[in-house]
Amino acid sequence: MSARRIFARPARFAAIAPYLWMVLFFLVPFGFVLKISLSQTAIAQPPYTPVFDFAEGRAALAAAFAQLSFDDFRLLISDDLYILSYVRSLVVAVTSTLILLLIGYPIAYGMARLPQRWQGVAMMLVIVPFWTSFLIRIYAWINILQHDGLLNKILLALHIVSTPVVWLSTDSAMYLGIVYSYLPFMILPLYATLSRMDASLLEAASDLGASPRQAFWLVTFPLSLPGVAAGALLCFIPIVGEFVIPDLLAGSNSLMIGQTLWLEFFTNRDWPVASATAVALLLLLVPPLVLYDRLQRRQLEGNG
Amino acid sequence: MRDVTLGEASAETVRPLSEAAALDMPLLRIEGVAKSFGNFRAVDRLSLDIRAGEFFALLGPSGCGKTTLLRMLAGFETPDEGRILLGGKDIAPVLPHERPVNMMFQNYALFPHLSVRDNIAFGLKRAGMARAEIATRVAELVALVKLEGMEKRKPDQLSGGQRQRVALARSLARRPQVLLLDEPLAALDKKLRESTQAELMELQRRLGMTFIIVTHDQEEAMTMADRIGVMDAGRLVQVAAPRNLYEAPASRWIAGFVGDINLFDGQVVSREHGRLTVSTSEAGPLAVSELWSPVTKEIVSVAIRPEKVKLSRRGPASDEGGSQAINRLDGVVIDVNYLGGVTTYKVKLESGAVVRSSMANTARLNVDAYLAGQRVVAWFTADDCLVLEQ
Repeated sequence: MSARRIFARPARFAAIAPYLWMVLFFLVPFGFVLKISLSQTAIAQPPYTPVFDFAEGRAALAAAFAQLSFDDFRLLISDDLYILSYVRSLVVAVTSTLILLLIGYPIAYGMARLPQRWQGVAMMLVIVPFWTSFLIRIYAWINILQHDGLLNKILLALHIVSTPVVWLSTDSAMYLGIVYSYLPFMILPLYATLSRMDASLLEAASDLGASPRQAFWLVTFPLSLPGVAAGALLCFIPIVGEFVIPDLLAGSNSLMIGQTLWLEFFTNRDWPVASATAVALLLLLVPPLVLYDRLQRRQLEGNG
Repeated sequence: MRDVTLGEASAETVRPLSEAAALDMPLLRIEGVAKSFGNFRAVDRLSLDIRAGEFFALLGPSGCGKTTLLRMLAGFETPDEGRILLGGKDIAPVLPHERPVNMMFQNYALFPHLSVRDNIAFGLKRAGMARAEIATRVAELVALVKLEGMEKRKPDQLSGGQRQRVALARSLARRPQVLLLDEPLAALDKKLRESTQAELMELQRRLGMTFIIVTHDQEEAMTMADRIGVMDAGRLVQVAAPRNLYEAPASRWIAGFVGDINLFDGQVVSREHGRLTVSTSEAGPLAVSELWSPVTKEIVSVAIRPEKVKLSRRGPASDEGGSQAINRLDGVVIDVNYLGGVTTYKVKLESGAVVRSSMANTARLNVDAYLAGQRVVAWFTADDCLVLEQ
């Protein structure tokens, strides 16, 4: 009982702290965005109406509330521009995630099979690029991919092509940039799952007549699925909202939702539509987030 | 009482082995096998024959190489030297997944993502068996290890004892010529271990299969095995039936490893009619029968198991042991340990040496009990003594 009294206050704070954080840095800002998304654009400061003024009394607030509308959300569904951006974001995210899986799985598998002392080195090699700013690395890719960049010089020197190839402002460049940037997020969860796997399970499979290939597909791969799911969602979710990489490396003829949002906000100064876009994007990402959370929990229960 | 179809069916798989037996060829022959890891010699030029239908135990302290030897039989390690012949054929080039040998792993190595049924069926599916046949075989095995009703459970929904049974059923499913068991009972509690020992023995007898078990528990090896191979530092130091191993250990190390023993170092001073007199500094002259093999060396150790040392207040009348010579040692009880079925005593002799005695508590009232500080005579016959060369 005395122990309870001693720990009651800090323990209660520790229990509340994450919720406090969520309320302050997620729910409150989200409330602002949601409110703006229901407002109308205006040439004013701030550039939307109505503005809630709590000093003017209840009647004025009620009038302001009455002005809120779902018009901007209706616009999102009716205008091709937004639907196409959402679709493109999903296509890019799915394609990138599949490429990341195809590249990341063999790397993670190879890392997990290395002798113990080399695993740390391999891990460093995966993480070291993070020490350079993300933006600088993307600019470096622009340098490599541009008309007289390193890649074209090498291809010309090796006589693989006769004229410089256009790399920059293509989808290939964008996928290259995305895969390059997100690869560690795919490798690390996969590596964590694969390196924890009990080696005696593979011996048991082999003992029971499974060839190495069968043992991989019947034991290793199914048991690594939690890692596959974690890696895939860890990449998929931020790629959907990716803005910098498509903006710098892809062409401008089709936009991802992050770019559309940026355009509405900064070029058109239409805060309500930009906010509605953001809210819709968030709703789009709720199902994969819930899925991720459920998988994580199931794995925790499985280990416990 | 239990389904015996598996036992009958397995007779067909055992037949080729009995042919090998008819040719007077052991089922498994290990010839000068050696294996090193870096500078560590895990198995050191070891040779061993194992007969078909035998329950053989590899016994030794941890690090003695017994598990490495087992893993070489399964194919998970390749011998650096020597040959392993199964039914007369060298199995060195045979990959683990193609060997007619199965292993039950110490941690069971059950596939966590598969149900009990799928774990047991895993090896049968790899063998390309027809689906209906797999279903029948799995049902037989489930009945054999008494896991009816658990077929759909995953390993993490089973108790330790149930997992052990799944592992056993899975390793028996392919009806291997030899079943390797790596410390199969180590994870079970004492009561469960004892009942499982009995079940394993019954199963082995019924299936007529050859079992090779690795264990560090000498009681487990003695209970279950037909023969025991004691390993130390990568070598087999003795291969014998449990009784011979206990009553006639080949060396001081084995005598101490298998059970408890009192040792007195001394020198042979006389020998007549198969009876030696050994002069020891700690216990004076001791009469010893030369029963097992002739003693060739002069400097020897006299060994006596604690349960063969009796205590009495005055010592037995000289004719109590019949014609046997009796060794009597005077001393003081310094320690008494009551263990229920037996009581162990430590008796300090005048030389300062301590003799351990263990006596069965055959009566409920403590008429035979001795107290610490009491003067007693510890006595034993010449036939109960062993002579070990140093």
